[in-house]
Amino acid sequence: MAETKVIPDQAIKEITELFHHVPKKSATCIEALKIVQNHNRWVSDDAVKELATLLEMSPDEIDGVATFYNIIFRQPVGRHVIHLCNSVSCYILGYEKIEDHIKNKLKIGFGETTPDKRFTFLPIPCLGTCDHAPAMIIDEDLYRDLTPQKIDDILERYQ
Amino acid sequence: MERPLTEHIKNDGSVLSLKEYEAAGGYQALRKALKMTPQEVMQMVKDSNLRGRGGAGFPTGMKWSFVPMGDHAPHPKYIVANGDEMEPGTFKDRVLLEGNPHQLIEGMIISAYAIQADISYIFLRWAYHEAAKRVKNAIQEAYGAGYLGKKIAGSDYSVEMHLHTSVGRYMCGEETALLNALEGKRANPRSKPPFPQVSGLFGKPTIVNNVETFSNIAHIIDKGVEWYKALSKSPDGGGTKLYGVSGHVKKPAIWELPLGVSLRELIEEHAGGMMDGYKFRAALPGGASTDFLTEEHLDVAMDFTNTMKAGSRMGTGTVIVLDDKTCPVGMVFNLEKFFAQESCGWCTPCREGLPWTAKILDAIEHGRGMMNQLDILSFETVYMAPGNTFCALAPGAMEPLQSALKYFREDFERHIKEHKCPWD
Amino acid sequence: MPLGLIMAKIFVDNIEYEVPDGKNLLEVCLSLGFNLTYFCWHPAMHSVGACRQCGVVNFKDENDKRGRLVMACMQAATNGIRISIEDPRAHAFRAGNIEALMLNHPHDCPVCDEGGECHLQDMTLMSGHNYRRNTFKKRTHYNQYLGPFINHEMNRCIQCYRCVRFYNDYAGGKDFAVFAAHDDVYFGRQEEGALENEFSGNLVEVCPTGVFTDKVLRKHYTRKWDLTSAPSVCHQCSLGCNILASERYGGIRRILTRYNGDVNGYFICDRGRFGYEYANSDKRIKQALKKSGNTLQHLSKDSALQEIKDFIFSGKNIIGIGSPRASLESNFMLKELVGENNFYGGIPKQESALISQAISILHQGKVKTPSLKEVESYDAVLILGEDITNTAPMLALAVRQAAKNKPREKAYALKIPHWDDAAVREIVQGEIGPVYLLTTHHTKLDEISTKSQYTTPDDIARAGFSIAQQINHSLPTVDTADDAMQAFVAAVARDLLNAKRPLVISGTSLFSSSVIQAAANIAYALKDSGKDAGLVYAVPEVNSTGMSMMASKDLDDAIARANEGGIDALIITENDLYYRIEKNKADDFLKNCGHVLVLENLQNETTAKADYVLPAGTFAESTGTVVNNEGRAQRFYQVYKPSNDICSSWEWLNEFRNSVSDTYAENFDAVVDEMVKRYPDLQKVKFAAPDANFRKGTQKIPRETARYSGRTAMLANINVSEPKPPVDKDSPLSFTMEGYQGIPPSADIPFFWSPGWNSVQSINRYQTEVGGSLHGGNPGVRLLEPSEENKSGYFDKIPERFTKKEGEWWIIPFYHIYGSDELSVKGPALAERIPSAYISMNEKDLNKNNLREGDKVTISFSGDKINVPVKEENTLPDGVAGLPKGFEGLTGVQFPFWGKITKV
Ligand SMILES: Cc1cc2nc3c(=O)[nH]c(=O)nc-3n(C[C@H](O)[C@H](O)[C@H](O)COP(=O)(O)O)c2cc1C
Ligand code: SF4
Ligand code: FES
Repeated sequence: MAETKVIPDQAIKEITELFHHVPKKSATCIEALKIVQNHNRWVSDDAVKELATLLEMSPDEIDGVATFYNIIFRQPVGRHVIHLCNSVSCYILGYEKIEDHIKNKLKIGFGETTPDKRFTFLPIPCLGTCDHAPAMIIDEDLYRDLTPQKIDDILERYQ
Repeated sequence: MERPLTEHIKNDGSVLSLKEYEAAGGYQALRKALKMTPQEVMQMVKDSNLRGRGGAGFPTGMKWSFVPMGDHAPHPKYIVANGDEMEPGTFKDRVLLEGNPHQLIEGMIISAYAIQADISYIFLRWAYHEAAKRVKNAIQEAYGAGYLGKKIAGSDYSVEMHLHTSVGRYMCGEETALLNALEGKRANPRSKPPFPQVSGLFGKPTIVNNVETFSNIAHIIDKGVEWYKALSKSPDGGGTKLYGVSGHVKKPAIWELPLGVSLRELIEEHAGGMMDGYKFRAALPGGASTDFLTEEHLDVAMDFTNTMKAGSRMGTGTVIVLDDKTCPVGMVFNLEKFFAQESCGWCTPCREGLPWTAKILDAIEHGRGMMNQLDILSFETVYMAPGNTFCALAPGAMEPLQSALKYFREDFERHIKEHKCPWD
Repeated sequence: MPLGLIMAKIFVDNIEYEVPDGKNLLEVCLSLGFNLTYFCWHPAMHSVGACRQCGVVNFKDENDKRGRLVMACMQAATNGIRISIEDPRAHAFRAGNIEALMLNHPHDCPVCDEGGECHLQDMTLMSGHNYRRNTFKKRTHYNQYLGPFINHEMNRCIQCYRCVRFYNDYAGGKDFAVFAAHDDVYFGRQEEGALENEFSGNLVEVCPTGVFTDKVLRKHYTRKWDLTSAPSVCHQCSLGCNILASERYGGIRRILTRYNGDVNGYFICDRGRFGYEYANSDKRIKQALKKSGNTLQHLSKDSALQEIKDFIFSGKNIIGIGSPRASLESNFMLKELVGENNFYGGIPKQESALISQAISILHQGKVKTPSLKEVESYDAVLILGEDITNTAPMLALAVRQAAKNKPREKAYALKIPHWDDAAVREIVQGEIGPVYLLTTHHTKLDEISTKSQYTTPDDIARAGFSIAQQINHSLPTVDTADDAMQAFVAAVARDLLNAKRPLVISGTSLFSSSVIQAAANIAYALKDSGKDAGLVYAVPEVNSTGMSMMASKDLDDAIARANEGGIDALIITENDLYYRIEKNKADDFLKNCGHVLVLENLQNETTAKADYVLPAGTFAESTGTVVNNEGRAQRFYQVYKPSNDICSSWEWLNEFRNSVSDTYAENFDAVVDEMVKRYPDLQKVKFAAPDANFRKGTQKIPRETARYSGRTAMLANINVSEPKPPVDKDSPLSFTMEGYQGIPPSADIPFFWSPGWNSVQSINRYQTEVGGSLHGGNPGVRLLEPSEENKSGYFDKIPERFTKKEGEWWIIPFYHIYGSDELSVKGPALAERIPSAYISMNEKDLNKNNLREGDKVTISFSGDKINVPVKEENTLPDGVAGLPKGFEGLTGVQFPFWGKITKV
């Protein structure tokens, strides 16, 4: 285990509070991963190990869960994460144009992070806002009825 | 026309607060239900003919009736609202979650009372951040008002409620996979039997219903079975239904309508018809895992039986319209790529068959396809038929494909012959 | 769920069969001999319905012409069920499923270690998939370093999930998992590193393809069909797991599980699987040796026989030292040679007394000792003083299964059959127990224990007596150390009484007869309360039980006699005295014995002191019988004829007997005949396996597969004409590929193979039913059955409470699966896993003595001194320290003892 703890005390406190909701600590695994990610922006190997001790699980078990889900980042991400919906309604309404625009602008493709660590660009399945396709989420903000023109302006808000 | 589920949802997009909800008659049904016996509540739901809105249309009251009741029943029992809503093209639960979370919460508490559940969860998909904030707040409000917690609303009944926000996987919408996710595990589906009603979350009796399903409950209790049944145009089930349309239509949106309106009415009236310059070609009537319906099916009533007769399913009731300017092969490729990506990786057909299907569609769409690959695609639809896979994900994924192969065969063949997408 | 004897009529492709009602349909089909394909189902781990390879068409009734596809493994064989395996849709589905599984498979059979015994190959052929339609790139994975035992090649994975199900769910491993999702799922460790679980080697057999393969085999790889194999018995602990040992070019290449439905079932532990390398060691003695000055010199076989006869057997007073790691026959032949009065079992008195006591309890007492396999069927377990994960590993695996029984009743109440593994596990929710542990310190099984208590050996015994008293109130009361222990005793007594089949496990490892007696008392008390109780004792070595049944005197007796003088010669059979007793004691003994002849496998301190040394066969080069802790006599067979002078000890001794007294046993069977005549208790040994005259038709059973290659070429560098194959006069087995090609008697199965089934999964064909006994009954015979009228009676000698001493520690043995056994540690792969020596004590004791973890200390005791670092083990009682047993530099230490510990 790392000498310096990577999971902040506040996160540990939040996780520990969940324990009395559930019959066993391991049941909080997903919530706990989310809490760690909220604090650290991603879940490092050291964080997996620390969580293992906290939840009385093995690191292998935790990582089996962490790597199953789309939104747990096991690699560092940029300061802002763009999730562009690439599902069917957005396909029909032309998300690919938006994708190309972002690619050209940020010079990164899906799964990549800008060298200045400002953005990570990811696809995401249907955002449940198909009546306003195409759509994307940056961090936790939803943007709908996208056009390439709108994108520049939106990205400016995230430094 | 009555719209019990949406009538109080505000147009400005803001959430209905507890006060506003109560002013509109909210939580009266709960008080009423608490004076009834659990059996009476359950019976009303059975009689109402409410069928699940999560996609499969299973009769809700019947589902509840499998939960062990009485002094020897195992506890805690659980009740879970399925708000995973990751089916592409589906955006109905979001409206209910963001607009009127108390309607859901009240419905859940009444349902919990009917099966004598002790703990309830709302399972929300990751991307619904706004809904999460509002639901969380509503739960707090409900606790504050004594509708949740110990001895609720002056009765002897106690129930807890927690919000769980997922970390992204379509699979979590499958009810048994959802339970695994709630237990902090990988969201693989579970073996059935045992059904969750008997052995679900943490091995205890559990009911999972869709958000929209729960949102109906308070109204049934409040206004009665006959009223509720009369809301529907279909002999197939009671109540209204949230229908939606997306694609190149003039006014894509969600509407609450009597169960059983026709596909034509949805597209032509409510959605305002096709956008200028676009012609209707086909539609997926209820989300990504339903079969295409075409022009000839436009007058089919959107209920469980009639969509089935037409060779599809009502699914979630959210229609995705395919127009003449969109490549059907590209659309199906998009769908199958999604399904391949979201397979949990447990059973072979789904884990291996879907990516192969997607790769073939990719090749065809981009002009690298071969004729024999159409046979492979046909084989895949048989290979992944219902029952052949562990859960319903892969069979669902095969629905748009098999109907596309039926209705758009020439389009597939043109891609292969011309070595390019004719729409490019 | 216990299946009744109700039979069901089922129809498979319109033919009617009678099968046990409710049994799993896939199992039934396999037992009926059908070729039905499968991957995720495993006979010991049952069904999860993941791979979808076992699809068959199920018809409602005769009139149902359509039917629907179902997975046979998820279906019960109920009365009237109609299925078709041959239906074209079922065929197409199964072929399509393999096609899907093979999309990303590298098709690298020629360079894959699994090739030729690969379930995936077999199933691919069986399903009829033979043409690849996939034109796309395959996904690839990185492989991991998993330690010295297992090789990892993830690209071959077909995601059947058997590995995680075995490693985690079945064997309780924690350092392994399935990662990621969809077609990226990955089976491995969170980080590279040696797999920690004691049963990891079973992945080799559990994995249906070449993902997990035997890394030790890889060092000297040979295809399955080129191996010469014999049925054998693992020599690495007292459980006697059945193994298949295989040879090529004069070396053992690998060990596989040999299914025995009464003993080890489908699995063995890693010490058993990978601990064979000593048999190939360059320390092997391959020729007779003679002392000359300070060295040993080679001697031809004939001159050795002559010289030894003259030199050793000319003496009058000759004594023999037997061995718990030598066969019954070798011990017997030694005894015959030196005479009843001159034969000594090769272990110190203390250990000898414990083993005899255990045998007497199992024989004179009234509680049955279950077979290893039966252990899995008990529904409450108490372990008294034994760290079974390290002393009898497979017993720990069996207890892990037993721990699941009680909670599973919940699933059965919901009508979920036992074979529906995923469903059962969801219902059970990881609940286990009751399993109670009463040990000296934390052991690995604590992770499944309902409650563990740690105390000194004497107090373990006292608590044990107290548990017995709580079950049978007529026994004398015993007060326990404190309230915690009192509560523990009450809980154990309650749960054992609540169970239908409670099991008590103990053993000799603490060197405490009180612990053994206390365990017996508990079992007796349970039996008297009407319970179907069981009692298991782990003993130290492969033939500890067998040797003790024959030896009335022990090593201490021999030493005492030698002290009196007058001994002309000493013959030691497969026993390193320096491993058994302290060095100075062994030195003196050897000095007092005149001439010394040693029959041994490997050079060791004892052979270094001998006048003559003869090359004795290990399990690999000899045939013999060993008796396990349960009292089960089992035959192991010579795997190959060595090209040197190595042979079974009993063969050497038989030669000498011939020259000394002109009696000669013609072959192995003749030795057994003589032995059972002399020892009526061993009567049944004759039936442990068929004798050498056994023939199928006129044929012997071949040790080599029909596809054995290179027979004429292998020795062509020596002689181009093919040598006459060696003859085996001692067994029904032949050394070549010629012979009977069908299913041999269960004790004589050299390898598992059946047409179309080249992997170990062909075991299904050798069983009466899946997971049941082998055709003709499982191998081995039980020699010890309990007595009806309890000749043993309750024990009443309750030890005093342990009192610690100021300035001294009561030093007890700590056992390690890798390190505490005499021979397995001599192999390089296993040696990598041996921890370095240490001494453990609790934090309080450390602090009291100003010690910190890692500090070097000197342990002084009866004239000896050992230097090791200290380790903190907080579960150890005050005043007690733990020292690893059998480690290099620590062999010969007599546990337990009072020792002084000082900082270096
Ligand atoms: C792959 C898959 C995804 C699903 N996703 C959802 C979902 O997002 N929301 C939902 O309510 N039901 C979903 N379902 C259906 C649920 O399994 C379940 O039938 C439903 O929640 C039951 O609720 P209801 O009876 O109220 O319809 C999904 C099913 C499958 C097979
Ligand atoms: S590694 Fe082997 S055992 Fe494990 S899932 Fe893959 S093929 Fe099956
Ligand atoms: S063996 Fe039946 S699904 Fe795998």
